[in-house]
This record gives sequence, structure tokens and C-alpha cells, in this order.
Amino acid sequence: MDSFITILQLFDSTIRLSAPLLLACLAGLYSERAGIFDIGLEGKMLAGAFAAGAVATWYGSAGLGLLAAIAVSVAFGLVHGFASITHRGNQIVSGVAINFIAAGTTVILGQAWFHQGGRTPSLPNTARFNAINLPGAEALRDVPIIGPIYFELISGHSILVYLAFLLVPFTWWVLYRTRFGLRLRAVGENPAAVDTAGISVPWLRYRAVICCGILCGVAGAYLATAQGAGFVKDMTAGKGYIALAALIFAKWRPVQAMYACLLFGFLDALGIRLQGQTLPLIGEVPVQLMQALPYILTIVLLAGFIGKAIPPKAGGVAYVKER
Amino acid sequence: MSQPFAKLPAWADYGLLPLINLIVAFFVAGLVVLLVGESPIEAAVLMVKGAFGTGDGVGYTLYYATNFIFTGLCVAVAFHCGLFNIGGEGQAYIGGLGVAFVGLGLGDTLPWWIVFPLAIVASGIAGALWALIPAWLQARRGSHVVITTIMFNFIAASIMVYIVVQILKPMNIQSPETRVFGAGGQLPSLGWLLNAVGLNMRSAPLNLSFLIALVAAFLVWVLIWRTKLGYEIRTMGFSPKAARYAGISELRIIIITMMISGALAGMMALNPIMGAQHRLQLDFVAGAGFVGIAVALMGRSHPVGIVLAAILFGMLYQGGAEIAFDMPNISRDMIVIIQGLVILFAGALEHMFRPTLQRIFHGLSLKKDQTVPVIAGGGQ
Repeated sequence: MDSFITILQLFDSTIRLSAPLLLACLAGLYSERAGIFDIGLEGKMLAGAFAAGAVATWYGSAGLGLLAAIAVSVAFGLVHGFASITHRGNQIVSGVAINFIAAGTTVILGQAWFHQGGRTPSLPNTARFNAINLPGAEALRDVPIIGPIYFELISGHSILVYLAFLLVPFTWWVLYRTRFGLRLRAVGENPAAVDTAGISVPWLRYRAVICCGILCGVAGAYLATAQGAGFVKDMTAGKGYIALAALIFAKWRPVQAMYACLLFGFLDALGIRLQGQTLPLIGEVPVQLMQALPYILTIVLLAGFIGKAIPPKAGGVAYVKER
Repeated sequence: MSQPFAKLPAWADYGLLPLINLIVAFFVAGLVVLLVGESPIEAAVLMVKGAFGTGDGVGYTLYYATNFIFTGLCVAVAFHCGLFNIGGEGQAYIGGLGVAFVGLGLGDTLPWWIVFPLAIVASGIAGALWALIPAWLQARRGSHVVITTIMFNFIAASIMVYIVVQILKPMNIQSPETRVFGAGGQLPSLGWLLNAVGLNMRSAPLNLSFLIALVAAFLVWVLIWRTKLGYEIRTMGFSPKAARYAGISELRIIIITMMISGALAGMMALNPIMGAQHRLQLDFVAGAGFVGIAVALMGRSHPVGIVLAAILFGMLYQGGAEIAFDMPNISRDMIVIIQGLVILFAGALEHMFRPTLQRIFHGLSLKKDQTVPVIAGGGQ
């Protein structure tokens, strides 16, 4: 029974750790499916987390923090769009720039406004997204097997976690069952065809970049006001890049993106769990190996050992209207 | 966009346009300084004073610039081949391993002038090997080198933490670093160079690797513009199709270019490890690999531009540290913002002012001489 609970707790933290990855990964999916590569997921998430932390501190409301996070993240997304859609700049360069601007600005403003070495003050529970106990969780708790699963695993997450996982079927529906989704995929594969059909390529791509900004903002707000209690310097710590790796791992598909994020979240949870413990036969697993595993797995995938990852055909290429 | 544009004269293309981009970047950075309640002009004065006002300021400025020359060259060489090597950070990290092995192994017994060349080779090889897999993946599997080098940065960081903490760290030291190298693993300071121009460098760590960086810059110029290989690299960068048609092996060029690029990044490790700390400390790269991107973009991938841009960023690093004493709201993270803005305006938005500039020059040339040849088509 004890090991059962331990495993449940491991899965529970897997869900909590994969939620921000999933949000960022879906964000990247909207953008990259439309042909705009986005290295800047990390920076947008970080800026969003800072905005959420700062606004939640000032107004004591997690909801306002979330809105601020979305606004800031979308603004950064629009900068990326302005550079890579309007001015046809290099999308990678622009994304890198956004990451640096976000990394520097959050610390400088954080230090100037809150004087705590770049972090925002610790938030009280009233200014955070708290765990939601689903109906009947307490009552079912003692039912064997199902009870603990429901209580530990499914119930007791913040609303943003549920939002993240609900966004998976929603994104699938948008992408494959709506006109917008069809056009979005088309503009990432063959923008000339979309243009011929009389649809504005830039406007479509701008909308994709805005979608990406919204989701990155939610991911940032999750980090600062749900998982943590306030913004901490460099709190994304490479999650944006792991999300990018997950996106490649999922071959730019929403449901597979969820699996990839769960896998990477599980590795993270397992790494935390195994820290300093010795396993039978293997001995102590270096925590660094667990941290590097998502990247190593992605490299192995890219090397062609686990299928082949083919990015959207027009990805990274600015569209030049014929004239 | 249908009106014809005059081709920009070289001085405008390589001087004026980057200058405009740079001014805009610093203007926006100034707005951030205003936002935190300090005066941008005062900050700029403090920064220049901190960087060039004293002997040790100059020493530190050039010390940081050394790092950035290496990483800037690393990014630039890859740029010439049309590759974007974000992995300078990881390649420099692994390069440090090469330096450490030579420094720890031979530093106690051999004099520095034998150890140093070996360390240069070891750091270069280590960095080059770390760039090999991303290069192969790009050339053979078409996996974007940007993605793979990012992944390799993280893998390098994990490996280095493991190796330094678990293997190289002596038992009696708490912080994650190796023991101090023997006398042979320590490079001579360049204090005499600054003394020659009447400056006292005091404890600033400027060392011999600065000169090696300048030599590397010259060799990169020779490689790119004066050799057959360089011609092939530029052809590949300019038009992969033309290169393939000319019988240039894509696999060979991509792998060689990335390995040269990685080797340059790896050699950056010489400066902090052998030149300043005389031991391998975790985090010795400290973002220099990423600064290299800004430096290469600003220097327009030309060694002369890179050396100048590297000195500018060295000034920002050193001056930024000085500012923090007088303006507690501005820390060295300000440099990260400036770096990002430079990458944005000199890189992603480099074409923003070009049409305007072209229109102005077109107007000027029309006034001067009606028969001036005009490139039709416009835009990029």
C-alpha cells in the first residue's frame, strides 16, 4: 500500500510539473504550425511569470495576475511577429533576443520595484491559484484503489492544471476541425497556397503568434502564482526549451505533445524523487543525468532512432508576396 | 516596395546601418533605465568611466572582450555557412574540460609556454567534438542545428556539473571547482602591455589569451576570405543549391565549419581558466557564448567588426559592474537586456531601416547624377 501511495505521489507531481511544459508546448505548436519558429517560449513564459507575480502582489488577485501575464507575453509575441512577419527577420534571432530581453528586464524591474534581489514578494494563498478539491474527493478517499487515485492524482490541482490538460482536446479540435485550424496548418506548409486563396498570410500568422503568447502567459502565471508563490529570478530554468523539445518529440501534434510533456514531467519528478537515493543494481543515479534526459531523448529522436521529426515545411521562412 | 532602390554604398551598409541599429538598441535600453528611476545619461557616463577611466577598468574590459572575441568568431564562422550555432555556451563549457585536463595534468611539471599550446589544442578539440554531433545531425538528418545546439548546451551543463562535482573537485573544497593549477597552468599577465601606455592594471586578469584571440580573429579572416575552404563555406551559406551544383560536399562543409566554430568557442575557456582563475570553476562561461551571438551580429560577422563589438560588450560588462555601486537598481542584468536589444535590432530587425536608408541614398544619387546605375526590384 505504501509503495502504491508513493507511486501515486510520483504521478501527482508529474502532472504538476508537466502542466507548464504542456502550456508552453501547445503555445509553440500554434506558432510553429503557422510557420513561425519560436525559440522565445522561454522568455515569454518568464516575462509572464514576472507580470503575474508583480500584479498579484500589488492587487492581491491571482486572476489579475493571469491577465497581466497574458498581456505581457502577447506583447513579446507581437515583437516577435513584428520582426519575423512584418520585417521578415530571422525568426531564430528574434526569439533569442526575446529570451535575453525577458531574462534581463524581469530581474532589473523586479529589483527596482521590490528590492528583493529580483524576486517578487511571497504571495499569500489568497493571491494564488489554489488547489481545487473535486467533489467527492474526501468521501471517496477511503475506497481502495480508486479512492486514492481520485484523491491524490485527479483531485487537488490548481485550475490552471485542469486548463492545461483541457487545452489538449481543444487544440486538437481547433487544429483539425475548424477553418482557422486548417488555414493555420496550411500557412505553415504552403503559404503561397493560402495567399492564392485570398487569405492574408501575415494576419493569419499574427493570430498564431498571439495564441502562442496567450498560452505562454498562462504557463508563466502558473509558475509564479500556482506552483510557486511569487516570481523568482530565472524561474523558468529552461522549461521553454524542454517544451520546445517536447514539441519536436510530439512531431508538432497536440495529443502527442501531452504525452511528451508528461514523459518529460515524469523524468523531472523522478529526478527529484531519486535525488540522493541508491537503487538496487544501478546504484545512485546522478541527478544531472535525469535533468539532461529530455534533451538526450530529443537528440536521439532527431538522430532518427525513434521515427523521424519533420517540421512544418514553411517553418522559419518569411513569406514574400509575389510582385 | 516596387520602387527601385539604389544599392547602399559599402560604408553605409557596414557602418551607418549597424550604427543606427545600435543607437536604437541603446535608446530602448535607456528607456528601461528611465523606468527604474535612474538617468540614462548618467548611467552611460558612469559606464564609460568604469570601463576606461582606470587601468584596472581597461584590464577588465579587455579581459571580458577576450571571451567575446572567441565566442563572436564562433558564431560568425557558422553564420558564413548559413548555420546558426547557439551552442557556443556548451562548446566553451566542454572546451574548459580540455583546458582543465591539460592544466591539471601538466601544469605542475612543465613550463607555461609548453602547456599553453597544448591547452589551446585540447580546448579546441574538446569544443570541436561537442559541435560534431549537431553538425552531423544537420548535415545528414536535416535536424535544425539551432535546436540541437540548444539541447547540447543543457547536456553540456549537466555533464560539467557531474564531472566537476563528482570527479574533479578535491575533498577539502566546498565550492564546485578543481584545485588550483600548478605554475605551468597559469598564463602570464599582460600588465606590461598596459604599462607601456601608462596604465596600471593592478589585479585585473587581462592575460596572454587576449593576444591569442586577436590572432584567432586574423586567422578567421584569412580562412573565410583568403582560402578555398572559406570560399566553399561562403558559397554554402550564400546558396546551398549553387554549392551543391558546384560539387561542394554539403556534409563535409557543414561538419568542418561547425567544428571550427566549436573549436573557437572551446578556446574561449583558456581566458577565464588558465588566464584568470587558474582552476576550472563551474559557470566560468557565464553567458559569454550567448554574448557571442550579439557580438557576431553587431560585427556583421567580420573579424574586425567582431573585435570592436567584443570590446564594446567588454566595456558593458565591466562598466555595468561599476554602475551597480552607484545605482543599486542597475545590476549586470542590464547587460542582458542590452544584449537582447542588440540582437533584436542588429539581427532580427536589421532590415527595418534599410528601405528608408535606401530611399534616402537613392534620392541623393538622383540629385547628384542622373545616370547612376540603379538596381531595380528593391527590397531583399
